[in-house]
Amino acid sequence: MKYIQLVSQLIIPLFIFFVLIYAVIKKIKVYESFIFGAKDGFEIILKIFPYILAIFIAIKTFQSSGAIEFIKNIFSAIFNILNIPIEVLYISLIKPFSGSASLAVFTDIVKTTQADSLASKISAVIMGSAETTFYVLSLYLGSVRIKKTKYLVFVCIISDIIGIIIAILVAKIFFG
Amino acid sequence: MNTIWFLLIIISIIFSIITGKTEEFTKSLFDATKSAVEISLYLLGIISLWLGLTKIIEDSGLIHNISKFFQPIIKKLFKNIPKDHPSITSITLNFLANLFGLGNAATPLGIKAMQDLQTLNEDKETVSFEMMLFLVINTASIQLIPFSVVGILSQYGAKSPTSIVLPTIVSTVISAVVAVINLFLFKKFFEKNKR
Repeated sequence: MKYIQLVSQLIIPLFIFFVLIYAVIKKIKVYESFIFGAKDGFEIILKIFPYILAIFIAIKTFQSSGAIEFIKNIFSAIFNILNIPIEVLYISLIKPFSGSASLAVFTDIVKTTQADSLASKISAVIMGSAETTFYVLSLYLGSVRIKKTKYLVFVCIISDIIGIIIAILVAKIFFG
Repeated sequence: MNTIWFLLIIISIIFSIITGKTEEFTKSLFDATKSAVEISLYLLGIISLWLGLTKIIEDSGLIHNISKFFQPIIKKLFKNIPKDHPSITSITLNFLANLFGLGNAATPLGIKAMQDLQTLNEDKETVSFEMMLFLVINTASIQLIPFSVVGILSQYGAKSPTSIVLPTIVSTVISAVVAVINLFLFKKFFEKNKR
């Protein structure tokens, strides 16, 4: 684990080191290139800000409204029958919406059910294998001002649901 | 996105009225605007940084070496991208950043990849199949080691926090493959119906 962590910490510094050395060997004015590239950043942010705002409003209000608790209640019976810890449901519902909120929920699950509990382990696998879909979609599509998304959103939602089921199954097989 | 956005907000309002959480609703509305500004400012710095670095990569010609190396893999999935197109590099870098769990680098590179893909797009308002494929793979989130998760587990005294790494990789790979298959199935279905 220590080595893996070390490698991951080295990736970015080494990458930048390599890029700069290579560019200097090729006689590139690195400072000017950097400035030239970086100046587009502002324009991109101006473009995507309304999209970020829109999705944040939808996600934050949804979280605060108690709708997630309602869905949780509906599904809790099914989870009981399948012998899956109920905490898993909460992480599954929150992960597609918010990265920071799901991390907070995950920390809470680990704290309350112990780090070696089945609930913690299944939640950990879901945390690692699901993505904050709605945020990614609105940010990436917004950055190029795409309006018509055809069947993309539908595919992503279905794949998310299947992905979470797969994560639960795999975790149950591994930690049963 | 129209339907999703509309539904999320309408459901939130209805629920907040039923559960008597209208005050929380209004509060979260303003919290959201604050978070959006904070995230945007944060992204402004980090996107500019990566755009600057990728510009150096482009100018030095390193871009050709990177894309040459990954071209065969990317080319298999993204059939309509021409040879040596800049999107191959940005897609590759985004995938690599995701793989190593470098979220800070993955997002700006992903936005760059979307813009590179947009230059190939014929109808600028409609998502292209390449973009859909790129997004589906991104939202399936292929990641080798979920560092933050392992960190939290070990912080709270798990006996072997890394035991979740293998099942995570297994499930993330399966779900990514399923997601891509889903997309291709939908494409087939969608195009059949159009005829």
